[in-house]
Amino acid sequence: MKTTTILTAALLAATSATAQEVRVYNWSDYIDESLLEKFEAETGLKLIYDVFDSNELLETKMLAGSSGYDIVVPTGTFLQRQIQAGAFQKLDDSQLPNKDNLWDVIQERTEKYDPDNAYSINYMWGTTGIGVNSGKVAEVLGEDAPIDSLALVFDPANMEKLADCGVYFLDAPTEMIPAALAYLGEDPDAQDAETIAKAEPVLSAVKPYVRKYHSSEYINALANGEICVAFGWSGDILQARDRAVEADNGVEILYHAPVEGALMWFDQMAIPVDAPNPEGAHAFLNFIMDAENMAAASNYVYYANGNKASQEFLAEDVIGDPAIYPDEETLQNLYTQTPYGPKVQRTVTRMWTKVKSGT
Amino acid sequence: MNLSRRLLIGIPYLWLLVLFLIPFLIVLKISLSDYDISIPPYSPKFDLSAGWEGIKDYLGSLDFENYAFLADDPLYYTAYLSSLKIAAISTFLTLLVGFPIAYGMASAPEEWRPSLMMLVILPFWTSFLIRVYAWMGILSNEGLLNQFLIWTGLISDPLVILNTITAVYIGIVYTYLPFMILPIYATLEKLDGSLLEAAEDLGCTRISAFWLVTLPLAKPGIIAGCFLVFIPALGEFVIPSLLGGSDTLMIGKVLWEEFFSNRDWTVASAVAIILLLILVVPIILFQRNEQKQREAAK
Repeated sequence: MKTTTILTAALLAATSATAQEVRVYNWSDYIDESLLEKFEAETGLKLIYDVFDSNELLETKMLAGSSGYDIVVPTGTFLQRQIQAGAFQKLDDSQLPNKDNLWDVIQERTEKYDPDNAYSINYMWGTTGIGVNSGKVAEVLGEDAPIDSLALVFDPANMEKLADCGVYFLDAPTEMIPAALAYLGEDPDAQDAETIAKAEPVLSAVKPYVRKYHSSEYINALANGEICVAFGWSGDILQARDRAVEADNGVEILYHAPVEGALMWFDQMAIPVDAPNPEGAHAFLNFIMDAENMAAASNYVYYANGNKASQEFLAEDVIGDPAIYPDEETLQNLYTQTPYGPKVQRTVTRMWTKVKSGT
Repeated sequence: MNLSRRLLIGIPYLWLLVLFLIPFLIVLKISLSDYDISIPPYSPKFDLSAGWEGIKDYLGSLDFENYAFLADDPLYYTAYLSSLKIAAISTFLTLLVGFPIAYGMASAPEEWRPSLMMLVILPFWTSFLIRVYAWMGILSNEGLLNQFLIWTGLISDPLVILNTITAVYIGIVYTYLPFMILPIYATLEKLDGSLLEAAEDLGCTRISAFWLVTLPLAKPGIIAGCFLVFIPALGEFVIPSLLGGSDTLMIGKVLWEEFFSNRDWTVASAVAIILLLILVVPIILFQRNEQKQREAAK
C-alpha cells in the first residue's frame, strides 16, 4: 500500500512537472540568454532550452516524430516540407495577442513557405554572404579586393591567394549552390537538375582553397583571426565582428551581402503536432513576440527580426546597420528560395558530396 | 536439460533477439520501402489493421530498388573501400602501438600491473567527444603541437595536420588503443614463462623465442584486439567529421548524409545493411576457419 502511494505521488509529480515545462529547440548562439530567465520569472513555467546547428538535424527529429519539443525553429524552406509532412500544429491566434506586432514586409515573404502564416511566426531573418577579416584580405588581395562580390569566393584566382590565410564555407548545399548560380548569373532559385549542375564546376574549382566546410565554427575562427574569409550567415559573421571587438585583438570583421544577389532566409518558430505542452508553447511565442523582448534578442545576436513593434527598441548599431536591416536597394537584390523536391534534393546532396570529396 | 539451465542459455539468445535481430529486421524493412514526405519519411508503413491481406499487400510492395541504386552510384563503393582501407591501416597502427605497451605491462613487476592497467583505462573517465576536441586543440595550425615544434626550431611553418587523413588516423589510434591493449595484455599475462625458458634452453635466442613462442600464443589476444578496433573504426563517424577534412570519405559520413541531408531513410538503411554484411561475412568465414583448425589439431 505504502509503495503504491509513493508510486502514485511520484507519477503525479512527473506529470505535473511536464505540464509546467516548455521545451524549446533553437539554433546555437541565437538568443539573449537573460530572456530565458525572464520568461521563467514571468510565466512560472520551467524552460528547457536546447540548441542545434543544422536544419537537417532538426528535420530528422521532426520526421521521426515525438521529438518532445514544444517549439522548434526551422528555416522557411525546411518548414514548408515539414508542414507538408504534417509535423506542425496550427497556431491558436487567441493565445497570441502580440501577433499584431509582426512586420507585414516579412509576413508577405514567409507566406511562400507557410501559407497564411498559419503554422509559424518569424523569429529572425537574415542574408547569406561574405565575412572578411578586412586587414588580412587587404594584405593578400590589396585594398580594392572585391569583398562585397561573389568573385571573392568563387574566382579561383582570388581564392588561391586567400587559401593560406584561411577560407570557410557553410556546409550547406542549399546555401552554396544558389550562391554559385547567382555568381554565374543564373537563376539562384533554379529547380531543374540541368541548371543546378552548372554550380558544380564553380564550387569544385575553389574547393582546393577552402579550409573547411562547416556551419558554425567560422564564428570563432573569424573572431580570433584564424581565417580571413567565411561564406556564412549575416548574424553569425556580425557576432564574430562583435567578439573580435570585445577581445580587442586587432581583428576587424566586415559583412557584405554580395552585390550579385544574396539569399534571404527566415527562421520560423513553430509548434510540433505532438508538442507535450502546446499552451506553454503559445505562451513562449507570445513572450518572444513582445516588442521589447524581441528587440533584446536582436540586439544580442545581430539578426533582423520580423517584428515591426520591436524596431523602436533596437540598438542603433542593429537597426542602423545596412548589413542587418538592408536598405531598400539591397532588399530588392535579395532572393528567396523554394525548397527542393526529393529528387532534386538528392542531386543536390550528391553534388555537394562530389564537390567536397571529389567522388 | 533442466529449466534453470535452459533459462541461462536463453538469456544470450534473448539478448540477441531483442537487441540485434529485431532492430536489424526493422532496418531491413525500411531499406525495402520507398521515400515519402510524411512522418516517418517512408512508405508503405506497417499496418496490422488491414489484417492478413494487408500484410500480403505490404510485403508485395517492398522491393530492392534502393540496393540497385547503391550499385549504380560509384560514391557508395568508393566510400566502403575507403572506410575499409582507413579501418585496416588504423587497426595495424593501433597494433603497432598497443602490442609493445601490452608486452611491457605484462613484463612489469606484478605489483605495478594494477596501476598500469588503471592508466590504460583512465582516459575513459573523460567523455570521448571531449577527448577528440582536445585533439583538435593539439593538432590545429595554432595548436600545442605546432607551437611546440616551432618553439624548438624544428619547423618554421606550422604543419597542417588537422582536417587531414593523418589526424583521422591519430584520432582512431588514440581512441581505440585500450581496446587493443587489454585483450593482448590478458593473453600475455597468462603466458607461461617456463615455455620461454625452455625455448632458450633449446638454443633459441630471445628474439626468436619471441617470434616462435610469445607471438603465436598471443595470437588470440591480437585477433580479439584487431576485431575490437577494426569493427568500430569501419563505421566511425565522429572522428572523421571532427578531425578529418572534407575529402575524408567514410561510409559513416555517407550514411549520415543520406539520413540527414537527403532525409532518405530507405537508402540510409540499405547502406547500413550492406555495411553489416561487409562485417558479418568475413567474421563468420574467419570463425569457420578457426573451428576447422581446432578440429584438425585434435
